[in-house]
Amino acid sequence: MFLEQLVNGLTLGSSYALIALGYTMVYGIIQLINFAHGEIYMFGAFAGLFLVTLFDVNIFVALLGAMAFCMVLGMLVERVAYRPLRGKSSRLSALISAIGVSIFLSTLMALLRGTNTTRYPEILKIHTYHLGPLELSSLQIIILLVSALLMIGLQLMIQRTRLGKAMRACSQDLDAASLMGINPNRIISYTFAIGSALAAAGGVMVGIYYNAVWPYMGTMAGLKAFSAAVLGGIGSVPGAMIGGLTLGVLEILGVAYLSSSYKDAIAFGILILVLIVRPQGIMGQKITKKV
Amino acid sequence: MDALLSQYIDAYYLHLMVLIGINIILVLGLNIITGVTGQLSMGHAGFMSIGAYTAAIMSVHLAFPFWASLLAGATAAAAFGFLLGLPTLRLEGDYLAMVTIGFAEIVRVFFLNFEPGGKAVGLSGIPEHTGFTLVWTMALLIIVLNAKLLNSRIGRSFYAIRENEIAAEAAGINTTRLKVLAFMIGASLAGLGGGLYAHYMTYIAPQDFGFMKSIELLNMVVLGGMGSIPGAILGTIVLTLAPEMLRIVAEYRLLFYGALLVLLMIFRPNGLLGDIRWYDFKKRWFNKGVKTWPS
Amino acid sequence: MAILSLEGVSQEFGGLLALDQVRLEVEAGKVFGIIGPNGAGKTTLFNIITGIYTPSSGQVIYKEKAINGLPPYELARLGIARTFQNIRLFNKLSVLDNVKVGFHGVTKAGFFGSMLGLPGERREEKAISKRAHELLEMVGLDDKKMEYADSLAYGEQRRLEIARALALNPSLLLLDEPAAGMNASEKLNLMSFIEEIRDHEDLTILLVEHDMNVVMNICDQIAVLDYGRKIADGPTEEVKNDPRVIQSYLGVEA
Repeated sequence: MFLEQLVNGLTLGSSYALIALGYTMVYGIIQLINFAHGEIYMFGAFAGLFLVTLFDVNIFVALLGAMAFCMVLGMLVERVAYRPLRGKSSRLSALISAIGVSIFLSTLMALLRGTNTTRYPEILKIHTYHLGPLELSSLQIIILLVSALLMIGLQLMIQRTRLGKAMRACSQDLDAASLMGINPNRIISYTFAIGSALAAAGGVMVGIYYNAVWPYMGTMAGLKAFSAAVLGGIGSVPGAMIGGLTLGVLEILGVAYLSSSYKDAIAFGILILVLIVRPQGIMGQKITKKV
Repeated sequence: MDALLSQYIDAYYLHLMVLIGINIILVLGLNIITGVTGQLSMGHAGFMSIGAYTAAIMSVHLAFPFWASLLAGATAAAAFGFLLGLPTLRLEGDYLAMVTIGFAEIVRVFFLNFEPGGKAVGLSGIPEHTGFTLVWTMALLIIVLNAKLLNSRIGRSFYAIRENEIAAEAAGINTTRLKVLAFMIGASLAGLGGGLYAHYMTYIAPQDFGFMKSIELLNMVVLGGMGSIPGAILGTIVLTLAPEMLRIVAEYRLLFYGALLVLLMIFRPNGLLGDIRWYDFKKRWFNKGVKTWPS
Repeated sequence: MAILSLEGVSQEFGGLLALDQVRLEVEAGKVFGIIGPNGAGKTTLFNIITGIYTPSSGQVIYKEKAINGLPPYELARLGIARTFQNIRLFNKLSVLDNVKVGFHGVTKAGFFGSMLGLPGERREEKAISKRAHELLEMVGLDDKKMEYADSLAYGEQRRLEIARALALNPSLLLLDEPAAGMNASEKLNLMSFIEEIRDHEDLTILLVEHDMNVVMNICDQIAVLDYGRKIADGPTEEVKNDPRVIQSYLGVEA
C-alpha cells in the first residue's frame, strides 16, 4: 500500500518536476515568475490530445509534437508580453503582465474548447506489472522513464553544450554575459522554449494518466509546480526535480493518510512553510548551480 | 432612504451601484497594499472571504447585531493580514505574491470544508442589512479617510517603501512594520467589504472568493493607476460596469482582462490615472502665462 | 571629542575581506574625508555605519554607544543620515514629499492620528511643512517642489538627497560621492554648501569622494583606504604629503 502510494506520488511528482524546471530556469535568468507557465503546460496537454484524436499518432509522437508546439508558444509569449517590459519596467509590472498572459491563454482555450473536461482516447494498452508487493502500470513506467530521460537530457545539455554554458553564464550575470558576446535575448528565448517543451511533455503525460484535460488545469498545476520549485530552491535545476518529486509524494501521501478534502491546501502549506523557514529551499543557494 | 431611492431608480442600476460601492471599499484596501506600498497581493479575495464568513456566521448562527458582525469580520481579516504579513513581508515582491495566492487558496479550501459555513453549498439566509445608503456612506467615509491617510506621515512612508526601500530605511522608516501595517489596513477593508457583501447578497459560497476574484480586484487597481485613489475608483467603476454593459461579449470578459493587463503594463504601466496629479491638471488649466502656439 | 569611532571593524563577503581591522576616530563638527581607489571598501564602510551591513567583527561607537547590529531605521533615528552613491530618491513622489519623508524618523504621528487628522498630527504636519520649505530653499529647489523627483537634473537630485537627509536633523551626515557627475561650477557650489551646512546645522560630515580637489579643500581630516585597509589618516595637510598615500593613490591620480 505505502509503496504503491509512493509510486503514485513519484508519478505525479515527475509532472510537477517537469513544470517546475521551466519556472526555475526562467527565474534563474530574468528573475520573473513566469505565471503563464501553467497555461503552456495546459496547451501542451491539448496539443497532444489534438494530435492523438486527429492523426491517431502514438504517445511518443504526441509528446514530441506537443513539445514542439509549446516551444513556439513559449517563445511567442516571451516575445510579446515580457520582452517589451525588460529593462524598463519594474518586476511588479512584468509579473502582472505574466498574470495577464495566464488569464488570456486559459480563457482562450475555454472559448475554443468549452470549460468541460475532455478525455484522452485510449492510445495505450495498459498492462499492470507486479514486482513483489508493488503494482506498476505500464503508463506509470513510461511516465517515470520519459521524465527521467528528459531531466537527464536537460542536465547534460546544461553541463555539456555551448547553449548550456551560455545559459549558465546568463543566470550568473546577464550584463556580463552579453559583454562576452552572448546574445541575451536569444538565450532567454531558448530558455523559454526549453522550459515550455518540458511543461508540454508533463501536460501530455498527465492528460493520459488522469485521462482528463481541461482549460483551467494549468492554473493549479502551475501554482503547485512553482511551490515545488521554491521547495527545491528556485533557480536550481536539480532542486526543481527534487522539489517536484517531493511535493508529489507528500501530496499523495497526505491524501492517502490524512484527508482528500485538503489536497489542494497541502502544496501551499508547504510553500508558505518553506518560504518562512528556509527561503532558499532544499538546494540552498551556495551549492546551487543556477540556470 | 433606500426605499425612496428604489422608487426613482431602476432596481438593476441600484444593484450595480451597490456593487460598485462595495468594490470601491475592497479595491481601496488592495490599493494600499499593492498600489501605494508596492507589495503585490494576489489573495485579496481570501481576506474578503474571511470577513464575509466571519460576519455572516456571527449574524446567522450567533445572532449578533449587524454592526458587531461587520466589525468582527473586518477585525478577523486584519488579524490574518497581520499573521500572514509578519513572517512573509521580509520576502521579495514576487515570492510574496505567491504566498498570498497560496494563502487565499488555503482559506478557500478551508471554507469548502467548514461545517458552519455550509461547506461547498455555501451559507444562505444571511439577514439583509445593507443597501445603497449604507454602502455608499461607508465608501465615501473610507475614501475620505484614505485620502487623509495617504497624505500624512504614514501614507508618505508607504509610498516611500514602494519607491525605494533602502532609502526609506535610511529616512528612519521601519519598513517591515509599515508593510505589516499596510497589509492589516488592506485586509481589514477587504474584510469589511466582505461583510457588506454577505449582508447584501444574503448568500455566500467559497467560489465567490476564488483566485479570479482576487485578479479582478487587482485589475481594478492596475487599470486605474497604482496608488491613486481617483484611479482606484475609476478602475472599479469601469471594470464593475464593463461586463454588465458588454453582455454580448461576457464570455470574452476574461480574455479581455488578460489582454488588458499585458497591454497596460507595456504601454501604460501607471494605469489611467497613476501619474496624473490634481496639481498638474490645475497648472495646465489655470495657466496664467500668455503663450501663443509654438511656431 | 569623537562622535563616531570604529574599533577594528572587519567585513567579510564570502571569504573576501572587504574591510580589514579598520580603526577610525571622527571628531564632532569636522568634515572627515575617506578616500581610496575603487573597491577599497569606502561604500562598505558607509553601509556598516548606517546599518545596512553588520560588521563581521569589531565595533562601531556613536555618541559613546555601540551601534553595530542596529537596523538602518534605528540609526537614522539616532541622527545618522546619508546620501547614496547611486542616487536613491523616491522617484514618483514630488520633491517636497521626498523631503517630508525624510522627517519620518523624527516625527511621531501614528496610524489613527494620521488618518483622523488629530490635533497633534496637524501641528506636526505644519512644522514639517515649514521646515521642508526651509530646507528646499537652502538647497535651491523651492521653485521645483511640485516636480517629480525623477524629472530633476542630476545635480538637483544630489541636492535633493542632501535636503532629505538633513530633514532627520542629523548629528552625523554621510555623503557618498556628492560631487560625482557635477561640473566645475557645481562642485564649487557644493563645497561652499557643505561648509555652510556644517556650521549652520551643527553637523559632523563624513564623505567619500574621488575628486581630490573637493576633498583637499573642504576636509579637516582624511583617512585613506586601500584594499580594505586603512593606510593613513590625519589632518588633510599631513595626509596629502604622506609618501605611502602618494604612491598608492594620489600618485596614480595625479
